[in-house]
Amino acid sequence: METPQLIFSIVLIVVIFAISLVVAMYSTYAERKVAAFFQDRIGPNRAGPWGILQPLADGGKMFLKEEIIPTNATGFLFIVGPSLAILTACIGSAVIPWGSAITIGGNTFNLQVTDINVGVLYIFGVVSLGVYGIMIGGWASNNKYSLLGAIRAASQNISYEISMGLSIIALLMLTGTLSLKEIAEQQHGFAWNVWRQPLGFLLFLVCAFAETNRSPFDLPECETELVGGYHTEYSSMKLGFYLFAEYINMFISSAVMATLYWGGYNYPFMDNVAASLGANPAAIIGVVVLFGKIFFSIFFFMWVRWTIPRFRYDQLMDLGWKILIPLAIANIVLTGVGSTLLTHFGY
Amino acid sequence: MEPLSNKRKVLEVKPLNFLERAYLPAIVGGLSTTMKHFFKKPVTIAYPEEKREFSENFRGMHSLKRDENGKERCTACGLCALSCPAEAITMTAAERQKGEEHLYREEKYAAVYEINMLRCIFCGLCEEACPKEAIYLDGDIVPADYLRKDFIYGKDKLVEAPLNQ
Repeated sequence: METPQLIFSIVLIVVIFAISLVVAMYSTYAERKVAAFFQDRIGPNRAGPWGILQPLADGGKMFLKEEIIPTNATGFLFIVGPSLAILTACIGSAVIPWGSAITIGGNTFNLQVTDINVGVLYIFGVVSLGVYGIMIGGWASNNKYSLLGAIRAASQNISYEISMGLSIIALLMLTGTLSLKEIAEQQHGFAWNVWRQPLGFLLFLVCAFAETNRSPFDLPECETELVGGYHTEYSSMKLGFYLFAEYINMFISSAVMATLYWGGYNYPFMDNVAASLGANPAAIIGVVVLFGKIFFSIFFFMWVRWTIPRFRYDQLMDLGWKILIPLAIANIVLTGVGSTLLTHFGY
Repeated sequence: MEPLSNKRKVLEVKPLNFLERAYLPAIVGGLSTTMKHFFKKPVTIAYPEEKREFSENFRGMHSLKRDENGKERCTACGLCALSCPAEAITMTAAERQKGEEHLYREEKYAAVYEINMLRCIFCGLCEEACPKEAIYLDGDIVPADYLRKDFIYGKDKLVEAPLNQ
């Protein structure tokens, strides 16, 4: 790799890391504000104007709280759990294309940390690793409620990962590539995949809710049944890591969803914009557009959270195994038949 | 059996139709409901800065009133203590001395007047029993405190502030 490319990559890694942390930080604030607005309240408004410093105050509190490791907990694993959760949440951002290429001083840089040709598989691998953080944490707590929460998380993730993978297969049949950058480029302008795969998108969306443990699929944590959930025994920043990982996961899965189905950094009439303003401004507008899609998606996650109550566990399993998986398979068949017929009749 | 009224309704439990079983229309309906609330005006009252108005018949902390000349109205007749179902009021009467005419309206006054706020049930019977219009429950909510003895309110907390101050 040439030196400018290397420097650009390092800078991009740092920037993306910082952005995902800041977005996760302010997602906690946004969650409280959005919840307040949905419930005709005001929400945090004491720390700074409109409560804008609330995440800093929360973070400071998290760091200063007493750190408790229960006597009977498995000490090493107890610490590994939250670390693993936040690690897997953070490394998912490596393959997401944040924008099209920009040119600085004659060098062309891709706004993507690395374009591996198995990007989708990488994302899936990282996402499925994420449950280890919860699983290990619940196990190491040596608390039956935590363990129950962790088991719920594990079985939920396994069930929903299958239908998520199946819903993606139909998309991959159309795109013919596993590289996220190529998938994003194929949706140039307004040819977003969601128009071609509405059912697949719906399935993916439901599975994304389950994978990020967001309501209505937030079974791993449940005050009424499990005291707290997998994080019952956690305190201070270790609990903070778990909660933080959930918000980073939400950000990353929104980014993946935007890239796979909502055209990534593509927006209508982008060629006209590039022709009139130049390539670089058009690319930057693309980044802004992508973040707009991501933020709307995060808002949607919150919107659903404050609308729908939690599923019962057997309902969750029924939905996953008896409805989503058959639907995903039907979607694959439909896509296969449809695309074959279309190519056969020469469209 | 003969129905007692004609209000009885026979419930028909129909199986859910396809759209209802698909669950999604219901979710969309729910989402639109919450979205409507998103744009509503918050009903919050930011408490320490703004306070909600009490209703007109709210009964809060007691106050012992003064008359138009600033003299204490209470004559320590004890009717309030007698009418108090919680037995929260105690008082000691004293005779007005020479030179105290500007302080007390009549010859007898309450030297000690105590209400135990932990016993008081804010029924308002003391207010009704008082023949001198001396006691009213027109104050604020009784504030919290740490010790039980601090809930016994004496004249220092109950008597209205003097007029010309």
